[in-house]
Amino acid sequence: MKKKFTHAIVVGASSGIGEALVRRLAAEGCRVAAVARRGEKLDRLVEELGVGNSEAKVFSFPHDVENTEEIGGLFQDITGSLGGLDLVIYAAGVMHRVDFSEYDTAKDLDMLRVNLEGAVAWLNPVAERFAALKSGTIVGIGSVAGDRGRSGGPVYNTSKAGFHTYLEALRNRVARFGVKVVTIKPGFVDTQMIRGLHGLFWVVSADRAAEIILRKARCGAVVAYVPARWRLVMWIIRNIPSVVFRRLKV
Amino acid sequence: MIVLPADRLEWVEGWGESLGAAGYVWRPSTVAQVRVVLAEAERAKIPLVPRGAGCSYGDAAFRAESVVLDVGRMNRVLAWDPEAGEIDVEPGVTLRQLWRYVLGDGWWPPVVTGTMETTVGGCLAMNVHGKNNWARGTFGEHCVELDLMTVDGAVRTVSRDGDRELFNAVVGSFGLLGVITRARLKMKRVSSGMVEVKAVSAPNLETMLRLTDEAKDQWEYVVGWIDAFAKGRHLGRGLLHFARHLEPGEDPAPARSLQVGDQDLSEEIFGILPRSVMWRLIKPLCNKIDMSWVNRLKYLSGATVGEGAVYRQTFAEFSFLLDYVPNWKRIYRPGGLIQHQTFVPEAEAEGVFGKQLELCRRQGQPSFLGVLKRHRPDESLMGHGIDGFSLALDFPVVSRRRARLWDLVRLLAEPVVEAGGKFYPAKDCALPGELYRATFHDGQIQRLLEFKTKMDSQAMLRSALADRLLGTWS
Repeated sequence: MKKKFTHAIVVGASSGIGEALVRRLAAEGCRVAAVARRGEKLDRLVEELGVGNSEAKVFSFPHDVENTEEIGGLFQDITGSLGGLDLVIYAAGVMHRVDFSEYDTAKDLDMLRVNLEGAVAWLNPVAERFAALKSGTIVGIGSVAGDRGRSGGPVYNTSKAGFHTYLEALRNRVARFGVKVVTIKPGFVDTQMIRGLHGLFWVVSADRAAEIILRKARCGAVVAYVPARWRLVMWIIRNIPSVVFRRLKV
Repeated sequence: MIVLPADRLEWVEGWGESLGAAGYVWRPSTVAQVRVVLAEAERAKIPLVPRGAGCSYGDAAFRAESVVLDVGRMNRVLAWDPEAGEIDVEPGVTLRQLWRYVLGDGWWPPVVTGTMETTVGGCLAMNVHGKNNWARGTFGEHCVELDLMTVDGAVRTVSRDGDRELFNAVVGSFGLLGVITRARLKMKRVSSGMVEVKAVSAPNLETMLRLTDEAKDQWEYVVGWIDAFAKGRHLGRGLLHFARHLEPGEDPAPARSLQVGDQDLSEEIFGILPRSVMWRLIKPLCNKIDMSWVNRLKYLSGATVGEGAVYRQTFAEFSFLLDYVPNWKRIYRPGGLIQHQTFVPEAEAEGVFGKQLELCRRQGQPSFLGVLKRHRPDESLMGHGIDGFSLALDFPVVSRRRARLWDLVRLLAEPVVEAGGKFYPAKDCALPGELYRATFHDGQIQRLLEFKTKMDSQAMLRSALADRLLGTWS
């Protein structure tokens, strides 16, 4: 029988893939804690999903992942409200636009804080809990961008590459307890993050991405590209020699 | 607010393995440590649920994401008076420890559960009964006094005679008013470690009930097994076992039968099969078709070869039937089992139990094991005893039919409420709260809530069962 999640946390739930994940989980009858910085957007989402969904329960928890010191207490609060936990998805992420010659440390560190530090601060206690209970699934929304250091996004790429490595290490730590850690590497997903960018292809909707992500989470995949054809593309890109790659305007 | 350590987290479940939740488990060994755990839970603003051996079938001894106070390590006998038969024990003392301690002096616990693994604390919190409920009442009726630690850490002695109202509120209210840290129990004098057992069969429900009722005044213990697969004119057929303690002079070697070693169940069945592997052998039979045959054969052998047999058994052999096959619940894996026990007034019993058995059969969810007992009213505030009979039904939980099974429990329960019956929280995990509450009258629940408000105004002491049956407190 297919695994069904019953209690989930989605961090970064107010828009994009995170929001789509909350909607899908709620529709399946899962109790979901939606965590995001923008409280008013969360409240709207909760209000919307609360209607006509007597089974589902969505709880909003406004929180900025940069406030890492409040995560321990908040996590305890959330598990108490949910009454359990079997899935945590870290979907929070920012991608600031940077020019090819821009070195804006403030922008860069902000991406590291949200995409990497926040992820570590959230998933450390989650992994500790799941290891103690010998079950649970952790899903990290990384990016195909983390597979290669492009001149167009040094720190975004770094934050995602770091996140992938962290997830891999986490998986190696907790696999022996039966805990699944799933690395998701989406390509172009139709969200606020990529709107206005040029040269996009194979763009999938956030809902379609969420559908694939949950399917991969259910079967406990290790690394999943969304959609799957990105695996081949990224294999090719990863194997482009540096001497060639540095000449490409990407 | 403080964050509780993740290394306290454990999966805590009911005995039936069909329900459970993560909890922060503490296992104190002293009264002072219990106080520390209560304070810790209060500081973290997380409810606390007391837990004994976790032998309640359902959700009595856990609550999701709550502090679980497991009293299993508080398992010392504090005082024993072999003249008066009074024993002071910590709450984690099991019935196994209890009878082994007192038997050599010619005493036996007056009320025991079908397994000896239950704790005294748990037995008092759920106010359990045994096969002699008609004759001896509930476990709580043999408790002289108890120490109760309230959420503020204060310990008060509540005696049965001195503070009867509070005593009756604490016993049987599933740990909602405080943590029992000591109990003084009165044992029953026995002159031998043997009982005389008589086995008879009954071809239908009416006869089962009649024979049970007729036996209740001559025999200390009366228990019936029902073949829940039988239908038509055989509906409710089963086997009855009556037992009584031997009178002085009847046992040729009383000193021997009062020895603990003489009571122990052998490690093997038929001299060769280790009991510990038995559940693995039975597991393949745990399906509707095989179980209907097991039930049928059991009835037929009891009604022919076993009919009218009179024999002697040790107390342990007769009392702790559930320990014959250690971990027998595992035959119900992976879904686990639920048990549902309903109490119905004497006059209504045949109609209600007949309806229940018929309902299970029609729904295609027959009980794999049915047990019938005779009861009397008890005076605890949340008591389940009535002048009538109880029928306990075991059901396997299959995940894809789980919702249907829960619906079935509701259907089984409705006629019980109509008939003025009761339910038994220790055996329940699926009863809707409104049906449970409908079995109480005269402001009983209101009275409990008054005690709760007075003794635990923040509702720190909770359990999944209490939330479900009584409604959430917040």
